[in-house]
Amino acid sequence: MGELKLMKGNEALAEAAIRYGADAYFGYPITPQSEVIEYLSEQNPYERTGMVVLQAESELAAINMVYAAGAAGKRVMTSSSSPGVCLKQEGLAYIAGAEVPCVFADVVRGGPGLGTIQPSQADYFQNTKGGGNGDYRNIVLAPSSVQEMCDFVALGFDLAFKYRMAACILSDGAIGQMMEKVILPEQKARMTEEEIKAKYPWALTGRARGTQHRVITSLDLDSAKMEEHNRALQRKYKEVEANETRYEMINCEDAEYVFVAYGSSARIAQKSVQLGREAGLKVGLLRPITLWPYPTKAIDDLIKKGVKGFLSVELSCGQMIEDVRLACNGRVKAEHFGRVGGIIHTPEEVLEAMKKQIIGE
Amino acid sequence: MASFKGAISVDTERCKGCGVCVVNCPMGVISLAKEVNGKGYNYAYMAEPDKCIGCASCGIVCPDGVISVYKVKL
Amino acid sequence: MTVQDIIKPENLVYQKSKLLTNKPFHYCPGCGHGTVHRIIAEVLEELGVDDRTIGVSPVGCAVMAYDYFDVDFVEAAHGRAPACATGIKRVWPDKIVFSYQGDGDLAAIGTCETIHTCNRGENITMIFVNNGIYGMTGGQMAPTTLEGMKTATTPYGRKATLPAGAGFDGIPNNGYPLHITELIAHLPGTKYVTRQAVYDPAHVRNAKKAIKKAFENQINGKSGVNFVEIVSNCNSNWKMEPVAANKWLVENMLPEYPLGDIKVDGKLVEK
Repeated sequence: MGELKLMKGNEALAEAAIRYGADAYFGYPITPQSEVIEYLSEQNPYERTGMVVLQAESELAAINMVYAAGAAGKRVMTSSSSPGVCLKQEGLAYIAGAEVPCVFADVVRGGPGLGTIQPSQADYFQNTKGGGNGDYRNIVLAPSSVQEMCDFVALGFDLAFKYRMAACILSDGAIGQMMEKVILPEQKARMTEEEIKAKYPWALTGRARGTQHRVITSLDLDSAKMEEHNRALQRKYKEVEANETRYEMINCEDAEYVFVAYGSSARIAQKSVQLGREAGLKVGLLRPITLWPYPTKAIDDLIKKGVKGFLSVELSCGQMIEDVRLACNGRVKAEHFGRVGGIIHTPEEVLEAMKKQIIGE
Repeated sequence: MASFKGAISVDTERCKGCGVCVVNCPMGVISLAKEVNGKGYNYAYMAEPDKCIGCASCGIVCPDGVISVYKVKL
Repeated sequence: MTVQDIIKPENLVYQKSKLLTNKPFHYCPGCGHGTVHRIIAEVLEELGVDDRTIGVSPVGCAVMAYDYFDVDFVEAAHGRAPACATGIKRVWPDKIVFSYQGDGDLAAIGTCETIHTCNRGENITMIFVNNGIYGMTGGQMAPTTLEGMKTATTPYGRKATLPAGAGFDGIPNNGYPLHITELIAHLPGTKYVTRQAVYDPAHVRNAKKAIKKAFENQINGKSGVNFVEIVSNCNSNWKMEPVAANKWLVENMLPEYPLGDIKVDGKLVEK
């Protein structure tokens, strides 16, 4: 049993990185996630585990530090918020192309542009559909509690190293800032040089004499090789889709109408389910935990079981709804309900939207 | 006074015929061949082998590292 | 004594470093990149650190430098090589880390990373090849392009005059040649800052000594950037033959970018 603490989501994320045995965090302050680097700086993880913490000159520099340190076989993390994550897209495309593992957290705020510092889920597209250049994917984990802010660090690193790709923890200002109790895991040891060399033969640790030197690059000017590299990436992504799709279903066993919501929206929609059930409506909640890979099959299964409609509840103007509709493929009604600009929807208005937009009078 | 005699071997297929070795040879040993290599470059060669003292200036200045230098004490 | 009598393994006095792979350089004939690659490889071989060296290649002509060095390498995004080198050195302080960049990479798009890496005093070696032009993209103006120098984007010559009077008066102003090396030498985070060239054997020898010092400092030290600028050529985009380009370099580049040590052991060299 781990240690029970009351913490902010951002702090839990930072503490989880130390306890996972992460080797480094490179970041740049931006509201509403500056607590991550502040907490790490205050904790002095270099004394605790040898973990390096560096405030970079920009998000661009930070993600490129992550890229190269990840290429060198280390467990490296960064975090930012929406406009900062825009800047990180350059590095994330290189990370995808060069197949470098890393974890990054996006504590989303409202946009576009400088937008607002209030919570938002408007960067669903940015993180699930790419954002950088090229045909690539990042694993996207959506925590809906402080506990998951903690737990998804370990999950993210495990998946990132299993598949040699970036894992995104897509949070929002509400989850990042709120305090909840959290059970922290035991401290794990950082990997030694010998362990890294044995486990990750691709890692740049200095080539041993008599062996082939290693190159981590996203470039190949040979079209045939570049096509095969892209095909190999897609095969990897298919494998991730097959093995790593995660979601939670609440009250879906007999549901006729289902809310689809992630992160803080899922917490509100869960209350809407309760209110709906009290009013005699057969409503349930599908909470995607991985936004990529998306739980398309879960929606398909629900339709086959008789669900007649879905309401995608988002703190955005309608982004995840596209994936819900793709999964529905026109078979049942799928609509969007969202509040934006930093306003968080109430359980009552979410239920009302379900009644009006999906169930009908 | 000891004197030296040198010789160079040029990897002619990799030579790009830039001529930087030609102008940097203090003894005027090297010229570019009239013939070309597989890539179409007039490669460097020892036009005046008897004058070579093995100073290695050509090797040191060659951008493509195609010149090896040998030297014997007479 | 015939040439065949001399060309024997026991008489070998110079050959390309074993730390270079067998892949022929893709650089244009006479390009200084090849020479700089050669002497870096020689230094790494002489220092015996090939099994713990990690290089960072740029975007630009040297993007595929990783194909030529028989050491581990990561290819950075445009301008971010110093950030990449920082990332590696921070997590592997005992590895020997170097970045290799051109003028557009280091002094235009990557200026921020260059300055802050130097300011943090990362214990790394930075190699900066300055030929005053963008090579890979086809000869556009670089931050280090000389005043009056014609490039694809300054076809009438770089003009660095401040616009007369208030505001823009129609005269194109491309700014002044950027002396990034002098700039970073003034930062307390730099330990060794020098400018060298590789157009003739004497200067190649000096440049090699400088690069060796830049690596020795890293091996023996704990902090401080070791920065070596090499003033080089770009025959193709200068539209000159290699030998003529080297002559032009001496006559035009060197007056703007004079050679020599700028900072040694953390102290600015008095001129």
